[in-house]
Amino acid sequence: MQTEIAVLRFGLGARPGDLAAAAGDPRAWLMAQIRGAVELAGNTPLARSDQIFAEVQAARDYAQEMKRGAADAPAAAASAADAPTANAAAAPAAAAAFNPVRNAYLPHYRAQVLARAQSAALTARPFAERLVHFWTNHFAVSADKGAITGIAGTLENEAIRPHVCGRFIDLLTAVEQHPAMIAFLDNQNSVGKDSELAQLAASRQARRAFAHPGAEAPGKPPRQFGINENLAREILELHTLGVDGGYSQSDVTAFAEIITGWSVGGGKGRLAGGTPGRFYFRDNLHEPGAKTFLGKTYRENGLAQGEAVLADLARHPATAHFIATKLVRHFVSDDPPPAAVERVAKAFLKSGGDLPPVYAALIESPEAWDADARKFKTPEDFVFSTLRSLSISPSRPEEVLRSFDLLGQRQYTPGSPAGWPDTSKSWDGSDALMHRVLWASRVADRYEQGLEPVDVAASSLGAYARPETMTALRRATSGTQALALLLMSPEFQRR
Amino acid sequence: MHSFHSRFDRRRFLLGAGALAASAALPTVLFAHTGGSARLVVVILRGALDGLAAVPPYADPHYADLHRELAIAAPGSPKGALALNGSFGLHPSFAFLHERYLAGEVVVFHAVASPYRDRSHFDGQNVLENGLTRPLGTADGWLNRALAALPAGAGARSAGEHAVAISQNVPLILRGDAPVISKSPQATPDVDEDLLARLADLYSKDDWFSARLSEAVQTEKLSDEGSDAAPAMAAAGGAVKPAAADRIGGAARMAATLMHSEGGPEVAVIEASGWDTHANQGGAQGALAQRLAGLDGALRALAEDLGPLWPQTAVLVVTEFGRTAAMNGTRGTDHGTGGCAFLAGGAVRGGRVIADWPGLGRGALLDDRDLRPTLDLRSVFKTVLDEHMHVDARTLSTRVFPDSSGARPLQGLMRA
Repeated sequence: MQTEIAVLRFGLGARPGDLAAAAGDPRAWLMAQIRGAVELAGNTPLARSDQIFAEVQAARDYAQEMKRGAADAPAAAASAADAPTANAAAAPAAAAAFNPVRNAYLPHYRAQVLARAQSAALTARPFAERLVHFWTNHFAVSADKGAITGIAGTLENEAIRPHVCGRFIDLLTAVEQHPAMIAFLDNQNSVGKDSELAQLAASRQARRAFAHPGAEAPGKPPRQFGINENLAREILELHTLGVDGGYSQSDVTAFAEIITGWSVGGGKGRLAGGTPGRFYFRDNLHEPGAKTFLGKTYRENGLAQGEAVLADLARHPATAHFIATKLVRHFVSDDPPPAAVERVAKAFLKSGGDLPPVYAALIESPEAWDADARKFKTPEDFVFSTLRSLSISPSRPEEVLRSFDLLGQRQYTPGSPAGWPDTSKSWDGSDALMHRVLWASRVADRYEQGLEPVDVAASSLGAYARPETMTALRRATSGTQALALLLMSPEFQRR
Repeated sequence: MHSFHSRFDRRRFLLGAGALAASAALPTVLFAHTGGSARLVVVILRGALDGLAAVPPYADPHYADLHRELAIAAPGSPKGALALNGSFGLHPSFAFLHERYLAGEVVVFHAVASPYRDRSHFDGQNVLENGLTRPLGTADGWLNRALAALPAGAGARSAGEHAVAISQNVPLILRGDAPVISKSPQATPDVDEDLLARLADLYSKDDWFSARLSEAVQTEKLSDEGSDAAPAMAAAGGAVKPAAADRIGGAARMAATLMHSEGGPEVAVIEASGWDTHANQGGAQGALAQRLAGLDGALRALAEDLGPLWPQTAVLVVTEFGRTAAMNGTRGTDHGTGGCAFLAGGAVRGGRVIADWPGLGRGALLDDRDLRPTLDLRSVFKTVLDEHMHVDARTLSTRVFPDSSGARPLQGLMRA
């Protein structure tokens, strides 16, 4: 069973030959995968986030121009940037043809989803690829938010893949400074109340009031500058310390002030500066001064003030414990055994957050090799393991988008910054099971030709395959039915 | 001088006597009484709805200053609130809810919160759903525990599932020992019956899978039957619009369909996300206004499709916590504490705002930032479960909501 556990639980499912490759030394097979950046397998070309940002910005400018030019034309374009849209991706015909902003970002979203599925289907480092998915879910952004639909997937490819087998601090910094994260959690316009920009605005207002005493300002009320604590709170609660990590509301507020100015380049007027679509520290938005966070004073140091906090968070015992708990939940069991969590957390602290020793501690945990402790697959697990088991690499984004739409896990749209839930209770509804049956029979219909279900069972499940399942496959009325039964068998549905 | 302050004295109950005139009522056919038991729909708004936008306390002297461009103006002003009782209004997106309020079918709660006092969505939702005072400590939800305690014969059916989650999976509020089904608005057509029979056989040694499969097969039958019975489904062609904003509308229609079916569930839970408005929240128009319009449309769809069942229905609309009293630096609001909730339906003794208003002035706010809660959501839950579902009081304060002696039930939320 050790081989099956390595390939099916730690990995993403077995392509023909995977079980044989891991059979000699399953632990060594895993250890060999956790060095170096984890590149995308497959051949779908992807644009970088700054290119996408520029394209979307151009489309937005164009849409605004159109709107100004024809005030009576349908006004959908400008507001589309904030509308929830990723769900329209599966049905491009439904997307308004005259919506230039959506037309600019949707192809990128679709390409990223396709590339992700291809990579999962083809990669020769499936354990490392699963770790990429784990961290993407840990540092969740959601393409549901229109402003980041086009760049949601770039966080995984640009911030996570390079660092997944590196140090946690580098991973953390890359993620929190990625434009998708900044924009998803609204930090780009978070402004210190004593920042240069706020001061300038206040003195202008004062001058105006002095020149026109008693006069009401026409139109909109003057912009009030202040912080937005969203990113700061989620870094603490979801990315590092965990909700019981010992911070208070005043720590959240202080941290939010510390990272004022963490923004994205581009923009106009006083918000000009930086390379469009790349991380940019806006000094003029930053709240000046020393700040106290978790009892420690951080001197004013611009961008470095926030980076110093991240460095301390990255080696905090609460962070080690929180990350260890999530890793053990993902690889061992919905209820993480404390001994395994302890072992992994210790490795985290001992290595100073170097991730390969953390993964090694996980591999060395006897709890992870218990053949009974098996996780119910998420829709993602189910789809990716099916692709690998049947040697399918999808070639069109629609196949992937429709699959995940049906199964209830649209890619890159966990909806909340907490990511997708990682326990079976969140995925095991009876309706969800029925959707899996439907999907399995469609896949079987489409891909049955040339496959021998009994052989697929052997190459994809190995010793996991139960005798009653093999009997059911042999008795099935058709190859299609047999394949659907295999995909829906309890042993295929767990990992 | 008739000052706003006098009306907003702390600790003063505001029980607005809304118009009970039936002029704005639904078509009379909807009031045909079919007998049978009470129906309960719980709508969970995930992400923390801004109660100060949904139910603007426009008469509070600090409201407009704090909420700034996100504030909703007083009734009568352009794009102003829909009037409730002289102190509070409804967001202008709530056309249907307001109509039902005027018809005496809606209670609006304000300055309300679960016992949770930190500001994590995920812990906040856990407390909202597990019925405890802390995020962890139980794997089941209060609504499931209440179902397990339903008096015998109270339901339309003597055995089987009383409740349905309108989603592929069951949310915490409905998890537990009492059997529950789940059904998403997305149809699962054409699953081959022979395949299902063989799967049932393949699952026979695995209780976990076989229980789910038989539930799923049962639910499919219910939704087939129910879609013949629900009046508006036919008119709408049963089509569920794909737009995200209308996903909640599709869920509402699915809930109504299932509740109509023979032996269908009496309790349904609907979830809607997207209320976490940290940036560019908008005011009378904008992002939140669109979401609220979607919610209002879903409530309308629910009422229309429930049709003859509406007079025996109560709909609870709740969220994990409120948002900051002051607008933040990005034209949105951050995580807060006190907020609003709604109880709507033909069985509700409504047309009232229940709010022990703490005020938004300095010193009144919780932690100098949030609306201070003065009513425990569990008080509302207890009252509805007692008066509407007839779960006995002792069970409510022990099994369903342990450690809830501080959350006393209200009285008279439901029509006799």
